[in-house]
Amino acid sequence: MPLARKTVHHLAIGLILLSALLLMGASGDNDPGGKRFDRLGHALMCQCGCGQVMLECNHVGCSSSEQMRKELKAGIDRGDSDQVILAGFVTKYGPTVLSAPTTTGFNRVAWIMPVVIFFVGLIAVALVVVAWKRSTAKNPPPSAPGTANPEMDEFRRRVHEETSL
Amino acid sequence: MPQIGSFTLLLALALSVYAFIAGLLGIVSKDDRLSETARRAGIAIFLAVTAASAVLVYVAFANDFSVAYILHHSNRALPGPYKFAALWSGQEGSLLFWCWLLATYGLVLRLRHKVDTRLVAHASVVISAVQIFFLSLVNFAAHPFALMTGTIPADGNGLNPLLQYPEMVIHPPMLYLGYVGMTVPFCFALAALIMKYPGEKWIHITRRWTMVGWAFLTCGIFLGSYWAYRVLGWGGWWGWDPVENASLLPWLTGTAFLHSVMMQEKRGMMKSWNMWLIFSTFLLAIFGTFLTRSGVVSSVHAFAESDIGTYFVVFIALVFATCCFFYVRNRGCLKSEHKLESLVSRESSFLFNNVLLLVATFAVLWGTLFPVLSEWVTGHKVTVGPPFFNKVNIPIALCLLLLTALGPLLAWRKTSLDSLRKNFQIPVVIALLFAVVLVVRGMKPWIDVSYFYSLMAITLSVLVAATIGSEFIRGGLVISRKGNTNILKGMYLLTRRNTRRYGGYVVHIGVVVVMIGFAGAAFYQNNEQELAFGDKMAIGPYTLLCRSYTQDDKPNYSSEWAILDVYKSGKLVTTMYPEQRFYKASGQPATIVANRSTIAEDLYLVYTGKNPENGHPIIKAHLNPLVWWIWAGAHLMLIGTLLALVPNMPPPPSKPAQPPAQPAARIEDVAESQTTVEAGTD
Repeated sequence: MPLARKTVHHLAIGLILLSALLLMGASGDNDPGGKRFDRLGHALMCQCGCGQVMLECNHVGCSSSEQMRKELKAGIDRGDSDQVILAGFVTKYGPTVLSAPTTTGFNRVAWIMPVVIFFVGLIAVALVVVAWKRSTAKNPPPSAPGTANPEMDEFRRRVHEETSL
Repeated sequence: MPQIGSFTLLLALALSVYAFIAGLLGIVSKDDRLSETARRAGIAIFLAVTAASAVLVYVAFANDFSVAYILHHSNRALPGPYKFAALWSGQEGSLLFWCWLLATYGLVLRLRHKVDTRLVAHASVVISAVQIFFLSLVNFAAHPFALMTGTIPADGNGLNPLLQYPEMVIHPPMLYLGYVGMTVPFCFALAALIMKYPGEKWIHITRRWTMVGWAFLTCGIFLGSYWAYRVLGWGGWWGWDPVENASLLPWLTGTAFLHSVMMQEKRGMMKSWNMWLIFSTFLLAIFGTFLTRSGVVSSVHAFAESDIGTYFVVFIALVFATCCFFYVRNRGCLKSEHKLESLVSRESSFLFNNVLLLVATFAVLWGTLFPVLSEWVTGHKVTVGPPFFNKVNIPIALCLLLLTALGPLLAWRKTSLDSLRKNFQIPVVIALLFAVVLVVRGMKPWIDVSYFYSLMAITLSVLVAATIGSEFIRGGLVISRKGNTNILKGMYLLTRRNTRRYGGYVVHIGVVVVMIGFAGAAFYQNNEQELAFGDKMAIGPYTLLCRSYTQDDKPNYSSEWAILDVYKSGKLVTTMYPEQRFYKASGQPATIVANRSTIAEDLYLVYTGKNPENGHPIIKAHLNPLVWWIWAGAHLMLIGTLLALVPNMPPPPSKPAQPPAQPAARIEDVAESQTTVEAGTD
């Protein structure tokens, strides 16, 4: 291994280790003030009909968001847990007050499906790769190279030039 | 005048029916003269729809409130540009505008018939069918020239205040140009499938069409985002609203197509996949239109609820059935010419890129429709808002960024791990250095998951920029050495000789810049305060001092605003005027945001109202980091797309002594492109 390459290699490993150390040395108690209000405020929808997240409703004299903010602040000041606060809002305003589906009942499907599709996609790609590796193109279509179609060969040459990567 | 508009619309419908039937008969009977009459009828559709659109604009400027559409979307005091924009501001007018754009695309398609007469004849029949649908809508379901009955009011209801912004004058046309633009590749794809046409030809013809449609869609999406940011006044640029999502869906599949199409061009692979990507893109564009206009989902951007949704459902079902029918019948012509030789190759990176883009498409579609599904299954509606979309899509976007970084380093067919490692080392080191610097400077990922995502987004963005930068530098060096020029000229020549590839890289750089802008969202701050004369409000490094507040009255609206001096580190930097308007005709309020944008952050002020007891204005201030980067990235994406559309510069004079390149070596060599550029061949 040439010296320069070796140095870069070691530098990369050193940086990875340094990053890992920084991450390992982290503690989880650095939650800055107001973050919880912000987080919970974004988990709720304004009920004035604007269709916006509660903390983002900017309607003049909005009948809902101001009241909801006060209720949220009161809940936090009381020391209620996140679940208790959100459950209180659901009881008062109905399930549409939550800005995302819960992870219970049928709502679970909302969260599961994208993950399922992701893995189905990956498996499908894997199957395609396996199939491609096993098979060969037995009957090349008329556009394949060398089929005495000068126009298409010229086009193919140009395409290859344009897409050469 | 309205009668002329109605007549021209009926004429356009009749012409489209003729173009469809005569075109079909011409193809079946191989009667070229009949096909030619169909083509000319198709051209005439453009003239008829243009006349109808001109009439609608004329009646808007003439304040002819006997036309219901003009009564509901205009008023006498409305400024001229917005009267013009009334053409696409309501359901009926925007459908007419859609018809006009479709007719324009159809005109260009039919005028360029010599590119491949038979393929264009088939595509012309398909586009005629789409025109029949939209022209039927404007003739029978959403007539823009419907007349008022009874007494005609002296003035109109006015345009929705949210639409009375310069951005709104250009945003819908851009978006529609994108939506409608996807019709042309669809028509060519279906035509090619019907004809069992060789895979590359239709792709070659439609590639530029697709890129143009994609560019317009990109432009429309970002303009919509900019409008939401500057007009809606909530401080954000993307709310995962159903209508916003609807515009994103065809963009995602279109992006997937623009990547995977290279596999078909280069290696004769993914032919069925590409066909279905184009079908999906068109279907999703129509589906997005359906969502916006049917009232199925509620949105601040949607048109008034109407019953035209059923027409769209039937049309979507018909298109899907037609695509399935011809695919099942003619799929034999879509067999792959090559196989995948290695997992570590450009082909596999495109495969994974496509999977991720389609998973993102599914996630957005799923989240948009889940409230409807939930209500149908459980009887209870739920909200699927930004937290859901962010949680699902941010990891996908990060994976896509990683693939964007890897892509340029992978060769077609096969890349050795050694070669990959060799080319990846320096970009990885640069990215890690950035990450460490960011962590040291306070972006601590363990504090909050949003910080973690931001750190990842910026690190991966740097990685992408570094890999692309190294590609430009390596290529520039090769050309500068051979041509005895400086590296900058070498990079310029490199780009001009392969505009598609390097234009694509510029688009990727644009995406990276946009992602950095998105990453700033984790660090936003806001504050709201009532401000009397001389009161101060602090936000981030800024202090706002209320100098005054006042009001005004204009023909179209009355307004109130505050005058705020902005200090940074004790020094006056600017004066800002957040405003609120009250539009008289519609009786609706609207905010006029005051925004000071810098490369580091936006100071975004909203006049949210006034205290009814003492009349003091209430100001909401947002400090949005890195928003400028989003708009800059959008510009780069468009510049890159335009660059990719520019024809390549001819290669330098051939060098007879140049020996042919060794295929095995070229596959392994990530600097292959430079060899290619020099040789002018693959």
